[in-house]
Amino acid sequence: MEKRNLTCIGCPMGCQITVTMDNGEILDVTGNTCPIGDHYARQEVTKPERTVTSTVVVLDGDRPRISVKTKGNIPKSEIFACLEEINKVRVHAPIAIGDVIIPNVCGTGIDVVATRAAGVA
Amino acid sequence: MSTAYDLVIVGGGPAGLSAAAAAREAGLESILILERDKELGGILNQCIHNGFGLHTFKEELTGPEYAGRYIDKVLELGIEYKLDTMVMDIAPDKTVTAMNRTDGMFQIKANAVILAMGCRERPRGALNIPGYRPAGIYSAGTAQRLVNIEGYMPGHEVVILGSGDIGLIMARRMTFEGAKVKVVAEIMPYSGGLKRNIVQCLDDYGIPLKLSHTVVNIEGKERVEAVTIAEVDEHMKPIPGTEERYTCDTLLLSTGLIPENELSKSAGVELSRVTNGPVVNEALETNIPGVFACGNVLHVHDLVDYVSEEAKKAGENAAAYVLGGCKDDRSGKEVKVIAKDGVRYTVPVTIDPERMDDLQVVRFRVGAVYKNASVAVYLDDERIQKRKKRIMAPGEMEQIILKKDQLLAKEGLKSITVCIEQD
Amino acid sequence: MYDVVVIGAGVTGSAVARELSRYPLNVCVLEKAEDVCCGTSKANSAIVHAGFDAAEGSLMARFNVRGNEMMGQLAEDLDIPFRRNGAMVVCIHKEALGGLQELYDRGIANGVKELRILNREEALEMEPNLSENTQGALYAPTSGIICPFMLNIAMAENAAVNGVEFRFNTKVRSFESHICEKCGEPVWTIHTNNGDVQTRYVVNAAGVYADELHNMVSADKIHITARRGDYCLLDRECGDHVKHTIFPQPTKLGKGVLVSPTIHGNLIVGPTAVDIENKEGTNTTAAGIADLIEKSTGHVRNLPLRSVITSFAGLRAHEDHHEFIIGEVKDAPHFFDCAGIESPGLTSSPAIGEYVGGWFKERLGVEQKEDWIGTRKGITDPKTMSFEERAALIKEQPAFGRIICRCESVSEGEILEAIHRPLGAKSLDGVKRRVRAGMGRCQAGFCSPRVMEILHEELGLDYEEITKSGGHSNLVFEKTKGEGRES
Repeated sequence: MEKRNLTCIGCPMGCQITVTMDNGEILDVTGNTCPIGDHYARQEVTKPERTVTSTVVVLDGDRPRISVKTKGNIPKSEIFACLEEINKVRVHAPIAIGDVIIPNVCGTGIDVVATRAAGVA
Repeated sequence: MSTAYDLVIVGGGPAGLSAAAAAREAGLESILILERDKELGGILNQCIHNGFGLHTFKEELTGPEYAGRYIDKVLELGIEYKLDTMVMDIAPDKTVTAMNRTDGMFQIKANAVILAMGCRERPRGALNIPGYRPAGIYSAGTAQRLVNIEGYMPGHEVVILGSGDIGLIMARRMTFEGAKVKVVAEIMPYSGGLKRNIVQCLDDYGIPLKLSHTVVNIEGKERVEAVTIAEVDEHMKPIPGTEERYTCDTLLLSTGLIPENELSKSAGVELSRVTNGPVVNEALETNIPGVFACGNVLHVHDLVDYVSEEAKKAGENAAAYVLGGCKDDRSGKEVKVIAKDGVRYTVPVTIDPERMDDLQVVRFRVGAVYKNASVAVYLDDERIQKRKKRIMAPGEMEQIILKKDQLLAKEGLKSITVCIEQD
Repeated sequence: MYDVVVIGAGVTGSAVARELSRYPLNVCVLEKAEDVCCGTSKANSAIVHAGFDAAEGSLMARFNVRGNEMMGQLAEDLDIPFRRNGAMVVCIHKEALGGLQELYDRGIANGVKELRILNREEALEMEPNLSENTQGALYAPTSGIICPFMLNIAMAENAAVNGVEFRFNTKVRSFESHICEKCGEPVWTIHTNNGDVQTRYVVNAAGVYADELHNMVSADKIHITARRGDYCLLDRECGDHVKHTIFPQPTKLGKGVLVSPTIHGNLIVGPTAVDIENKEGTNTTAAGIADLIEKSTGHVRNLPLRSVITSFAGLRAHEDHHEFIIGEVKDAPHFFDCAGIESPGLTSSPAIGEYVGGWFKERLGVEQKEDWIGTRKGITDPKTMSFEERAALIKEQPAFGRIICRCESVSEGEILEAIHRPLGAKSLDGVKRRVRAGMGRCQAGFCSPRVMEILHEELGLDYEEITKSGGHSNLVFEKTKGEGRES
C-alpha cells in the first residue's frame, strides 16, 4: 500500500488530498471536499500531465526569441526531455503563431508550436 | 497627423486593445491608441506561460497568443495606433501631450480618454529590505523580460521574495532554463498566487515555499552573493533566531503591483487610497466626465479575461459618451457602494440606478482568507443577497451582480454595502 | 612622469583635478572604481551647508563657508542644478532654545551670512509640517540643495576637457619615493593593479581610504572611521512636504537626521550615524532604517513614509579629530593629504580644490593657461524646455523623442549624451547618476533592459559584459538555450 499526498489545484481551497494506492490501483481518495478534487487526484496519480511553455532561438529574425508551447499536455515525466529538445532548436524567421516547431516532441504525439510570430530582420 | 480624436486610449495592452475594439464596434470611428512599447500587447507578450483566455475564448492560451487575438482584432477594425509613444501629460480638458521619435512632441485634443496604462511592480526600495544594493536584484517582471524576450539568464541561483503569480511563474521559468531556485519566501501567512501555480511551478520542481518569511539581509557588494530570510511574527516583524542564509546570485521580487496613475493625477482624476486606481462610477468613468479607466490601472486584476471584459465596458461607455454629444449626464443620484467587513474595495464606487445597465458587475477583493463565509449585499439596511463561498482569498478577485430593477424598486436608496459575513 | 597624481575621483579629487587643470601641468587622476563619484560622494545628503555647524577657526568652517559662497557661480559655470532653499535647525524642547543661539553665534563667527533665529510662529508659518513641539528655529537662507553626482561628474568632466587624464579601475597598492638625480626633488612611484605611475606630487583624496594611503608614507599616523549613514528617499509626490532643509539640533555624532527636498524634487530623510569597521560597508540595516524613521519624525510631522522609493547607506570618512586634514605631509614631501573629508565635504569641495590649486600654483610657480575653459555645457535636459523647444529638439534629434525611463522621463537622447561625453557612462549606474534613468519610483525595473540595449549598441559591449557599476556587478549571465556556445 502506498499513500500519495497532493494539493488540489481546483480552487483556492487547495485541499490536501491523500490517495491510497496498491500496485497502481486507487483504493481511496480522502481530504477532498468536492468532486473536482477527486477527479484531479485520480488523474494526477495515474497520468500526470502538463503543458510546457518555453522559448526557442530565432535566427535572422526581428526578435532573438519566440515563445512556444506543447500544443497539448505531455506526460509530466517528459517535461525536461521536451525542454532539452526545445533548447536545441534554431528556427529561421518568418514564423507565425501556430507554426509547428517540433513535431511529435519526444514521441509524445504532441507538437511544439510557436505562440509568437517573428518577422525577418 | 490629425490632432483631434474622439477617443484616445492610453496604453495598448489587453485593456487598451479590448476597449478600442469595443468602442469601434459601438460605432466610434475616430480612435487612437498610444502605446509606449515598440509593439502592442503590453505585458502579455512576456507572459509566455499558458492559462489565459479560459473565460474569453474557452481555451487555454499563452500570453502572446491571447494578446495576438486582440491585436488582430484591432488591426482588422483598422484602429489607429502609435507605438514607442510616451504620453507625457493628460490635461483636465483632455488634451493629451505625447512624444515619439517620428512625430516628435505633439498634442491631441480628445473628446474622451480611456486610461489603460496598467501597473508596475513594487520595487525593493518600497519594501525597505536591508542589505547591500548589488546587481542581481530584479523585479520578477524585469527578469521575465530578460529571459523570455531578450534571451538572457539574469542568474543561476535564485531566491524569490513574494509568491504572487509572477514570482511563481518565474520560479518555474528559471528552473526550465537551468537555474536553481532555492526558495520562495512570502511575508504573508498565505500566498497571493493561484493554487495551480503553487503546485505546478513550485511543488512539481521541489521548490520550497516559506510562508510568513521575508528577506532580512542581502549580501554582496557587486553581485548578490547571499540572501537571508527569516520568519515574521503577526506584525510582520522578523523573529530573531529564525534566520536562514541562502547563497545565491539573484533575488527576484514579486511583491505586488501598483496601478500606474501618474498621468491620471495630472489630469485631476480622483484616486482610491485602497486600490491606487481611479474612483469610478458604474460606467467606469472617473470624476472627470469623458475620462474612463479600465484594466490594471483601475485595480490590479487576477485574470486577464476580466481585464478584457471590463475594458470592453469602458470602450462601449466611452463610445456612448462621445456619440451622445459628450454631455455630462450624471444625474447627481449616484448611490455609493460601501466596502465593509473584509471587503477591501469595490469597483465601481458609485452606481446610478437610472443610468446603469440591467445587470451591473461589482468587482472586489477581500482582505484575508475566508473559508465558508458569505458575501452579503445590502441596499441600505436590507440584505438582498447572501452567497456562501467555500473560500475567498486576497489573491483572487470576487464579484457580485446587481439588478437594475431591484435598485430602482428601493425607494430613497442611499447606499449599497458589500461585506463578508461569517456564520 | 606626471606633475601631480590625484588619488580618488570623488568630489574632492575631482575638485582638485579641475583646479589643477588651470595650469600647464601634467595631471592624472587614479580611481579604483569604474567611474567618478562611486564612494562617499555618491551617497550623502546632497546639502550645500551654510556653515554654522563647524567649530570656529576650523578648516571645516573655513572651507564650508567658502564652498557655499562659491557654489552659485560654480553651478552656473558647470551647468548643474543647484538651489538655495534655506535650512532650518528646529528646536523642540524649550530648555534647548539656548542651543539655537549658540549655533547662531558660531555661524556668525564662521562668517555665515543672513542667519536668523525664528520664534515658533515664524518657523511654523514658513514650514507648516514642522513638529507641533517646535519652540523656535535657526534659519540659514544660504543653505542649498544640489545634485551631488552632477557636481562631482561636472568637475571631473571639466578637468578632463582641460587635459587631466583619468585612469579608472586603478587601485593604489603602495608608494615608493626617491630623489631625482637631475632636479634633486622627490619623485613618487605609485604601484597599482594597473602598473606603476610616476609623479612629482601626490594628492591623497581617497575618501574612507585616505588614512591607509597616508599611513603608507608617514610615521605620523591618522585614523579614519567609516561612519555609516542610512537614508530613505521618498517619491516625488511628497517632495514638497517641507521646502527647507530641516535639521534637528546637532549632537556629538553630527547634524542629525535631516528632512529635505532634493534638487530633483524627491524628499530625502537621513542620515543615521553608525561607526563601522568595514570600509565597504554600504549596506543598510533594519535597525538603521528603524532608527531613521524614529528620529526623522521628531521634528517633522506627517512624514509620508509609505512613499519611500529606496533606501541606501553612505559612508562618511570620519577622522578621529573630526577635522579636515589638508596639506603636505610633514615627513613625506610632495605627498599632499585631503583626508577626513566628511560632511561638510560636498559643500567644501570647491573651496578645497581652490586652496589646493592655489598651493600648487605657488609651489610650482605656474600661471593659468590661456586656453583654460572654466565652463561646461550640461547634458541636454528636455524637461527644462518649453513644448516648442522640445518639439524642435526632437525634430533635429529624434532620440530625444524616445522615452527610456518613464518614471523620470529620461529620453534616449540624454542617455546617448551621457555615454558619449568625456568620461562618459559605462554602466547602468553611470547612466543613472548622469541622467537619472532608473532613479525614479520603479527603481529601474522598466528601463534596465532598455538602457542595457543602448550600452550594448553604443559601446559595443556584449550583454554579458554590461555591469551595474563596474567590477563583477554583471547584470546578466549567458544567453539562454546555450546560444553562442554551440560546438
